[in-house]
Amino acid sequence: MISVRFKVNNEWVELLVHPHHRLIDILREELDLTGAKEGCGGGECGSCTVIMNGQPVNACLVLAPEVDGAEILTVEGLSKDEELDIVQEAFIDEGALQCGYCTPGMIMSAKALLMRNPNPTREEVIEAISGNLCRCTGYIRIVNAVLKAAQKARV
Amino acid sequence: MIKKESYIGKSVKRKDGPEKVTGSAKYVGDLKFGSMLYAKILRSKYAHAKIIRIDTSKAEKLPGVKAVVTGKDFPQRMGLYLLDRTPYAVDKVRYYGEPVAGVAAVSEEIAQKAIELIEVEYEELPAVLDPREGMKEGAPLIHPDLKNYEHVPAIYPKPDTNISNHFKIRKGNVEEGFAKSDYIFEGEYYVPQIQHTPIETHTAIVMCDSTGKFTIWSSNQSPNAVRKILSHSLKIPMTKIRVLGPYCGGGFGAKAGVNIEAPLIPLALKLRNKPIKYVTTREEEFRDTFVRQGMYAKIKTGVTKEGRIVAQELEMVWDAGAYNEYGVNITRAAGYSSAGVYDIPYMKTDSYCVYTNKPNGGPLRGFGMSEMHWAIEQHMDMIAHKLGMDPIEFRLKNIQRDGSTNATGQVLKDVGIEKCILRAKELIGWEEIKGEPKPELSSGKVRAKGLACMIKAPAMPNNAASSAIVKFNDDGTVALLITAQEIGQGAFTALAQICAEELGVPEDWIKVSQPDTDYTAYEWQTVASRITYSAGNAVIRAARDAKRQLLEMGAKHFGVPLEELDVYDGYVYVVADPARKIAVKDIALGLTLPDGSGWGGPVIGKGVFIPEGVVSFDKETGQSPKGVSHWTYGVQAVDIEVDVDTGKIDVKKVVAVYDIGKVINPDLAKAQTEGGIIQGLSTALFEEMKFDEKGKLLNPSFVDYKIATAAELPEMIIDFIETPLEDGPYGARGFGEHVMVPTAPAIANALYNALGIRINTLPLTAEKVRKAIKEKYGI
Ligand code: FES
Ligand code: FES
Repeated sequence: MISVRFKVNNEWVELLVHPHHRLIDILREELDLTGAKEGCGGGECGSCTVIMNGQPVNACLVLAPEVDGAEILTVEGLSKDEELDIVQEAFIDEGALQCGYCTPGMIMSAKALLMRNPNPTREEVIEAISGNLCRCTGYIRIVNAVLKAAQKARV
Repeated sequence: MIKKESYIGKSVKRKDGPEKVTGSAKYVGDLKFGSMLYAKILRSKYAHAKIIRIDTSKAEKLPGVKAVVTGKDFPQRMGLYLLDRTPYAVDKVRYYGEPVAGVAAVSEEIAQKAIELIEVEYEELPAVLDPREGMKEGAPLIHPDLKNYEHVPAIYPKPDTNISNHFKIRKGNVEEGFAKSDYIFEGEYYVPQIQHTPIETHTAIVMCDSTGKFTIWSSNQSPNAVRKILSHSLKIPMTKIRVLGPYCGGGFGAKAGVNIEAPLIPLALKLRNKPIKYVTTREEEFRDTFVRQGMYAKIKTGVTKEGRIVAQELEMVWDAGAYNEYGVNITRAAGYSSAGVYDIPYMKTDSYCVYTNKPNGGPLRGFGMSEMHWAIEQHMDMIAHKLGMDPIEFRLKNIQRDGSTNATGQVLKDVGIEKCILRAKELIGWEEIKGEPKPELSSGKVRAKGLACMIKAPAMPNNAASSAIVKFNDDGTVALLITAQEIGQGAFTALAQICAEELGVPEDWIKVSQPDTDYTAYEWQTVASRITYSAGNAVIRAARDAKRQLLEMGAKHFGVPLEELDVYDGYVYVVADPARKIAVKDIALGLTLPDGSGWGGPVIGKGVFIPEGVVSFDKETGQSPKGVSHWTYGVQAVDIEVDVDTGKIDVKKVVAVYDIGKVINPDLAKAQTEGGIIQGLSTALFEEMKFDEKGKLLNPSFVDYKIATAAELPEMIIDFIETPLEDGPYGARGFGEHVMVPTAPAIANALYNALGIRINTLPLTAEKVRKAIKEKYGI
């Protein structure tokens, strides 16, 4: 077991975990943050995407030791009480979800994009979410939602 | 007069949106209970083999292991239409990946270690990997006991063969039809097995308490079917099984019927009061959950000089995998739909469901229609080209219209396919195609359009039923109790709209229940694109029943006849004098009379629905005056660009036009269509389960089995025709699966129109296209 201390959704936590445990296990099993989903466990689907130190990462590929000292943002950290983040709102407005299983990962990939590039083109949005698989929506509304969120953030 | 606004035809926002964007929505994998155990499954490494010996002793001794089970712990066969499947292999394995033993332990890691300690000795048997071989006499029998298996009357297994169902259409004498034809055209087409790949893999938690009562949380489309099938095989009453359905992370048919709940049953029986959780890995999802069946089609079509189809003979041989409990009905559905959208006087169809030593065939969005239309719709284009006719012109000569008969002899009415075709033609900007394509290859890119039609009916038992209960809370808000599952299609939203419309309360007052078979109203299954249609009708009736009770309360309160009252926006009011009104919340739980006494009681509305007049098909001819509840028609046209050097197909634009009757929620209907187009495009260009010569799946990951990503997005133009369905809610037809059916043949037809090459096997990979270009043009 190793001890890791990191910030998740703006709160410091300190935990004893197995070194081979993955960030997704820590979030879901230890911290009950079940927003990030496991869809493949191999970095292929993006449904486990969270933001680590400002970058989108597949939480299924990040091992516990790497988490130490990091700053993690999950989908649960986006909304404050019932006030939604602009990206979350845009997903609702555009109907950019169906079964919802890919949605937290999609939203975090989109959020990470807007954090580093508030003014993305359509191509940049597609590029940013092309590692996130969705079997339901056909992607179009997701792309539109991200563009809408960016636009809303600008005004 | 109060001016009422209707919820029907309005793009109400998804009810599940806020939960799903915040991570609040709970899926089965998100649930955790005290003293929970974790299961792992040992899977067969052979496609077909006798099990000589299983030694679980080492696994049992591993600290942390609580139970180990094998086939002999629960040898009962189960299934939806044909009871041919056991939770774990008994005596022999029939596909690579079949469960052989299960372990429950205190952690997933320990369960996994235990699995690796189980020793199994096999004796390999010859495997059947091609159903055309499998149906031949003398082929190794995969289920020698087939003749003893229980099944529903609507399917016809052939004892002592690998044929689990043979569905026949005999409409007139097809030879007579060919004799009346000027030309005969023959073609062969093939689709491989493919995977649903919901992003949430199959997940379940099963617990059996000390009284023998099971509680099952499952990512599943069919809570009531799970309960029925398990109660039958466990021989316990349904009161002893409670199935709950939290949000389901995508189904597409993969989660219909009983799936991974079954292998957890014998573990739960041994470990009372312990919830046992099982999360299928992505690799297991590929190997051991339902797949779309492969299919080999042979078509022979007789046509007159004028381009009128006279006769069609169709043989479909389905690669249905090792257990066909569900697949038998897909074979049947394709059989009775085998005219496609065409009016064909003479027909002969043979649809064979054939056991193979491959993953289990099951329902996948379209339920046989994608596979069948891959063949029929390409064949129609091929004939049009041979006759020198434009593919649309040829279709318009032959499509079903009011008064036409389909494959089963049903006289059709309210047929909207012509309108769909004409609208799609306009939206894609179709230019007449006659004669062979003459591509300009020098630019390296060739662009062309193509089109395909589709038809589909809900494939379900004639008496598949829905029901709904409407009850009120103290504040007038409403609980709508149903057992339809929200698998992403938007059922909860559409049903809430219907409920609000009928009750006369704001839509956001309606809370739609998640399935809980102990308490929610019966629903057959969330399959067959039937929920808006069937459950929608039940909700209308339940809401009307509740409204009548509200009006009775109002009549008593106001002292006026019930007919003079109405409900709107949460108030019961006197129509002639809308200022006289009382809030629903003040009467929904009973009325207080002026003297302070009570009257009536809580309003509870109930509604039920079964499509009426659906008559079984004749066993020998497949004929029936009305064999299905209704048909939904649609068309897709595509505009593609083919890279001559690489063979890569770039789909630029897809037009989809469907006649879905009344559109209850246009945004949701469009969203369904977009998703289906991309899934259809994905199957057209990329998807194929590849097996080695021993039946081992070679590509069980998203790296090796590519599905479409956002990078493949074409422009999509979607439109609906609204020909009302007589018994549909507000005229709505079943819709949802239909949207992926014509995409692949439309792309294949466009490929022909581009380059004059016809590829009759899915998928249309760049390699195949490149090879065909080389063969045809030598470049
Ligand atoms: S679960 Fe991490 S990428 Fe799929
Ligand atoms: S909404 Fe279902 S996978 Fe994206």
